[in-house]
Amino acid sequence: MLDTRHIGAELPAFTTMVEAGRLRFFARATGQDDPIYADEAAARAAGHPALPVPPTFFFCLEMDSPRPAAMRELLGIDIGRVLHGEQGFTYHAMAHAGDVLRFEPRITDIYAKKGGALEFVVRETRVTGAAGKLVAELRAVTVVRNG
Amino acid sequence: MSGNGYQDARAGDALPGFTAGPISRHALALYCGASGDHNPIHVDLDFARSAGMDDVFAHGMLSAAYLARLLTNWAPQSALREFAVRFVAITHVGDEVRCSGQVVERFQAQGETRLRVELNARSQTGELRLSGVAVLAAP
Repeated sequence: MLDTRHIGAELPAFTTMVEAGRLRFFARATGQDDPIYADEAAARAAGHPALPVPPTFFFCLEMDSPRPAAMRELLGIDIGRVLHGEQGFTYHAMAHAGDVLRFEPRITDIYAKKGGALEFVVRETRVTGAAGKLVAELRAVTVVRNG
Repeated sequence: MSGNGYQDARAGDALPGFTAGPISRHALALYCGASGDHNPIHVDLDFARSAGMDDVFAHGMLSAAYLARLLTNWAPQSALREFAVRFVAITHVGDEVRCSGQVVERFQAQGETRLRVELNARSQTGELRLSGVAVLAAP
């Protein structure tokens, strides 16, 4: 069983810069053919200062953590047993290529279902930009398959 | 759709849907690289089998990106206030991802008119794979 004493634990915070090339690659990998997500000129014509960060890409940026396995290591979870249960985003401002974003993740809940056969870890992450402005909040539910 | 744009949408209006896929192994490799989600269970058959799976399977967040695309096809991303998905069942290699959405509520919150949209991603046989909800501002 996962140790519920880790509820409230802060995971390593980090900053990462949004790279335009990565956004273009992500657009291609997700079938996004709206040019504002891959063509700088189209993005500017639509009023963006640079390529916009698409809605789910904040989750990808969270994987830029220098310690992406920190939560699994803290809780002793085998990567082969995890499933993604839920993912939520609350948006406060658009982010764009060139922005430097700070991610502050923490574990906000741990619980079990089906007599412990499935365990759940909830992680919430604050994303802030320049001058500490709140950009987005992420909520991830990781499912651990036991047995 | 009533009116001329998403801003005029009412409960019951459907968003223009689309079908992504069928999901190929190549698509999963591209998403692995582009997303930064390097969990080998999505791209390495040997690893997937060692973890008790019959095959690799799609990243849930790939289908979530398709549902987000459904939203940004319909409204500018700057209108998006919330987006959340629940991963109901695994999408397998070869599956289609049929994306659909419907406005369920028009309401006031934080000084603006907002729309609540329910989203679904289903397989080619109609099996629910992701359910989602989004909230957008309708100025």
